[in-house]
This record gives sequence, C-alpha cells and structure tokens, in this order.
Amino acid sequence: MATVVYKVADDVSTDAIYPGRFMATVLPEETPQFAFADDQEFNGQLKANKIPSGSYIVGGRNFGCGSSREQAVSCLKGHELVIVARSFARIFLQNSVNLGLKLVTCPEIEANLGDTLKLDAAELVNISTGRRFAIVPLPQSRQAIIDAGGLIAYTRSRLLREAANRSVEWKTIG
Amino acid sequence: MGMTVAEKILARASGLAFAQPGDVVEPKVDLAMSHENAALVINQFNEIYQGTELTPRIWDASKVAVIFDHRVPAESPKTATNQKKVREFVAAHALAKFHDIRGDVGGICHQVLPEYGYVRPGMVVVGTDSHTTSHGALGAFAFGIGATEMASVWALGVAVNVEVPATIKINVRGRFSRCVGPKDLILYLIGQLTAQGANFKVLEFQGETIEQMFTSGRLVLCNMSVEAGATAGIVPADEETARYLSEEAGVTDSLDLVQPDPDAGYEREVEINVSALSPQIACPHTVDNVKPVEQVVGRPVHQIVIGSCTNGRLDDLAMAARIVKGRKIASGTRLLVFPASGKVYRQALAKGYVGALMQAGAVVMNSGCGPCLGVHEGALGDGEIALSTTNRNFKGRMGNPNSEIYLCSPAVAAASALTGRITDPRDESL
Ligand code: SF4
Repeated sequence: MATVVYKVADDVSTDAIYPGRFMATVLPEETPQFAFADDQEFNGQLKANKIPSGSYIVGGRNFGCGSSREQAVSCLKGHELVIVARSFARIFLQNSVNLGLKLVTCPEIEANLGDTLKLDAAELVNISTGRRFAIVPLPQSRQAIIDAGGLIAYTRSRLLREAANRSVEWKTIG
Repeated sequence: MGMTVAEKILARASGLAFAQPGDVVEPKVDLAMSHENAALVINQFNEIYQGTELTPRIWDASKVAVIFDHRVPAESPKTATNQKKVREFVAAHALAKFHDIRGDVGGICHQVLPEYGYVRPGMVVVGTDSHTTSHGALGAFAFGIGATEMASVWALGVAVNVEVPATIKINVRGRFSRCVGPKDLILYLIGQLTAQGANFKVLEFQGETIEQMFTSGRLVLCNMSVEAGATAGIVPADEETARYLSEEAGVTDSLDLVQPDPDAGYEREVEINVSALSPQIACPHTVDNVKPVEQVVGRPVHQIVIGSCTNGRLDDLAMAARIVKGRKIASGTRLLVFPASGKVYRQALAKGYVGALMQAGAVVMNSGCGPCLGVHEGALGDGEIALSTTNRNFKGRMGNPNSEIYLCSPAVAAASALTGRITDPRDESL
C-alpha cells in the first residue's frame, strides 16, 4: 500500500519528466535530482526526500511519449517511484523494463492525489474510494528481462552462456 | 497471407520465413546509431561486462555509427568531457562510422546516415534517438531504443525480444498545392491519428503522392511518424530510393527494394487526399493539436527556427530563401536557420540560399540540433512564442517552460518571418 504523490494528464512527455537541458547528466546516481524539474514544487519534495519510495505517480494515456532519453526512466527509478498509467509510450515502457522501473498499466484508473492504492496480482485497488481496476500485464516477451533483473543482467548472462558454449566446443574440438 | 514491409524485414533479419504481428523475434541489427548519448551507452556497455572475465567487445565495429549533433560545439565543460570520452571509445574500438564536430562530414544524425549511404532498403536500424524512425524513408525498419538497449545491441548484435508490430497503411493521393508539402501532410495525419494513435504500430506510406515524392520529403514523413507513437514509419523502397542512394549518397551496390506483398495484412487503412490540404500548424503544447493555418494566422511570433532533422535539408532552405529573397525579416522577430548537415550547408552556400537568408536578416548557425531540444542555443524568453520547422512543441522543449511553440513547414516559417505573425505562405500579397 502506498500513496499517490503526483498526478498528471495524458501525453506526458519525457521532456516534462526530464527536461532536455539536463541531458548532459547521464549517471543514474545524478539524474534523480532533475525528475520533473520544471515543476518546482514536486521536484523540491523529491529532492528533500519527502516522498517515500514505493509511492505512486498516476498518469493518463501515453505516459512517457517523445524522446528516447533514458534519464526519464533512471530519474524516477532513483526515487523508487511506481508509475500507474492508462497506457505507456513504447520506448518509455521498454526503457523501464530494461532499468527495472516499476510500471502498472491500468486502462481505467481513477485516483486522486493522496489516495492510497494497493497492487494485487491482477488488479489495483484504490483503498480511498473502494474501487478496483483491472491491470494489463506487461507483454510476456518482456518477462525474461524482468526475471533476469533488468537488461544489463540479462545480456551479461547471455554473453556468459555463449562464452561457456564456446569453451565447450573448443574442448570438444581440441 | 502475405507480409507488410516491416514483417518481411523482421522475418529475414530473424532468420524466419514468416513473421506476423505479435510474434516475438530477435532481429540481427544492420546499423546501430548513437549521438552524444553514446556516453551513457558506453557506461552501460562496460557495466554489462562488470564482474565477468570477458573483454568488452563490440559485436561488429563496422555497423556502429556515432554522430555528434545534439550539443555542438559543446555548450558546457560537462558535454565537452562526455564528447571526449566518446571520442576515446570510438578510437579504442575502431568504430567505423564516426562523425565528429566538423564542417565537412558533420551534421544531424538523421541527415548524416542517409547522406553517407549507411541506410539501405531492408535493413534493421536502431538508434538511441526516437526520430530514428526517419530511416524508414529508405525502406528500412528503423526504430528508437534507449541507451541500455543499445549497450545490449553493441554486445550481442541483435535487438532482444522485439514484438512484431501491426502495420497501418496510409494511402496518400492527390497533388499538393503551391507552398504545401510533406510537412503539412504529416502534421495533418498526426492530428487525425493523435499522439498515441499509432503506439506500438508501424505506419506504411503508399499511394501516388508518395511514389512521386523525393526522399527528402519521405524523410519528413517517417521522421515524424513517432509523434503519433509509431514504432516505425516506412516508405516501401522504389526507384526513387535507388536514385537517391546512387545520385546523392554514392551507393553503388545492388539494392533489395523490399515491397509489401499484395495480400499483406494491415490493421487498418487511412486514406488521405492532399489536393485540398492547407498548410498545417501544430499548436502548443502537443504535436497532435493541429489546425489549418487559416485558423491561426495573425498570431505574433518572436522567434522562427528553420532546421532540424525534420526540415533542415536543401529543399527546405531553398523554399525559405526563395520566399525571403530581397526582403527583410520583420523587426521584433528573429529568424534562426540551422542546416541539417555540413554538406547541406555547403550546398546552400553554393546556391546562394545562405546569402539570401542572411541578407534578409536571418542568423545562419552551424549545423546540428541547435534550439530544437532547448539545451544549446536559441532559448526563448518568458512569454515568448516560437514558430519552428522542428518536430516537437512540448512545453519547455526549447528550454523554457514559460514559452509556446508552434510547428510548421519551411514555407510557413519563412512567410511568417517577413510579417512577424503566423502567415499563410499562399498569400499573394507577400
Ligand atoms: S534536430 Fe531535434 S528532433 Fe532531430 S535529432 Fe536533433 S534534437 Fe532530435
């Protein structure tokens, strides 16, 4: 259970989540300070560590549209926020899977600032209003990356497996 | 059932005879492009090898392109240091397709890749930039990815877990009237589809208008396909593609002009007739807030930008130069021009476009992304309004959340520069 700490409309772009003028900053340790930088109030709360990890941002449709900048994901991941939206833009969704930012696709979601949400396997419950909303699971094809703990770990294990296979072949031939 | 262009390309690249929407495939990558964000890709790439005894190795150094364009020349020590780090990596790994900050071979990534013949029909192209969709103009399947995914491509040479997207066919007929063109068509289409209408889909452009369109115009369509959420935009490769690659990019090898099957399955079809289309304007603050110019004429503008990977090509500069030649830009308005590449800049100089624009009062800057993403040059003041040939008008996109951005074609931009207000370029009194 956690609280909705921020609510946004449809078509929130990665320029809004992480403005372009901070794009020279790339390290995941440094990007969180610029999350929603153009909203001084919310950004100020994040920077002052007033937002507990696990808190929800609730968005509308097409959350994360626009640029492929990965900072828009790493800055939210740094605060361990959970993003609930009616739908997500493709690149943002893939980047979130790759970096381990938790997304919940919930096409009917209705929640206000301050509401308490509870995430179950197949639905999201708005405890404050008593309403329950179905969630759409992430595409099955993304599961292998999530299970591996992100794309870095996934790719690393594939490389190690390939290397092990090569050395087996080499021994067989040798 | 037959296959669309995207399905054919993904099937071939994944070693399959057939692919259909929803299939999960693992295509081999033919070209992997990054810009300054290669700095982040390098971090993630090294991270992959952390704790293993393997040596970091790029799967194929001839297939990796790195082009500096977003902040050139560097606007800050931080950017300059990132660029330096990328240069060192490029040298250490002998990456073949590197375009540094130069007047001869430099430029915006989405102009440089076609210009140097790096993109061919049938290729799978990935880029750490959402407008990588541009390269579908040459009949490739090209899509944007994040930096971590690129690091994985550098290591494995494949894009993992790609779901074959469904294709929407855009059938375009009719002839553009004077001062109306590809930018107006794509703005109109985005207005119809909405900003998320093509999310996770491919747009395949067909019809007589597309067949007669030059590659420069097709690049505009595919570039902005992502603004409707599309994974990729594609124009099936044809004689014009072959002409562009041989005449303008010096490509001599034989090409595989991948066409859709006659019985290919489309999720839906959209019909557009451009004959009666007006110049189109995307109004603040979303790209799908599109209106015909008639509805916004007269709106005062402070800064006009002509350039970017959308409309900074030679024909765009020619159109702008023709309109402003021998006249003056209105006082109270500034016109900034960013040619899309060093090559475009030199051609525009030779043809007199740069001179005509400067004589009229334009500032012609070095090629690169410039004010398009609001980090470098051409920032807006509080309350100012920009009119731009770029592709995004999100709040704060040009560096200031307290400003507004309208998007338009080069013809509208140039005509408006003369009056200081949004102006219909078809106006005979101009
Ligand atoms: S010109 Fe603008 S949209 Fe194009 S690559 Fe550069 S920043 Fe991106």
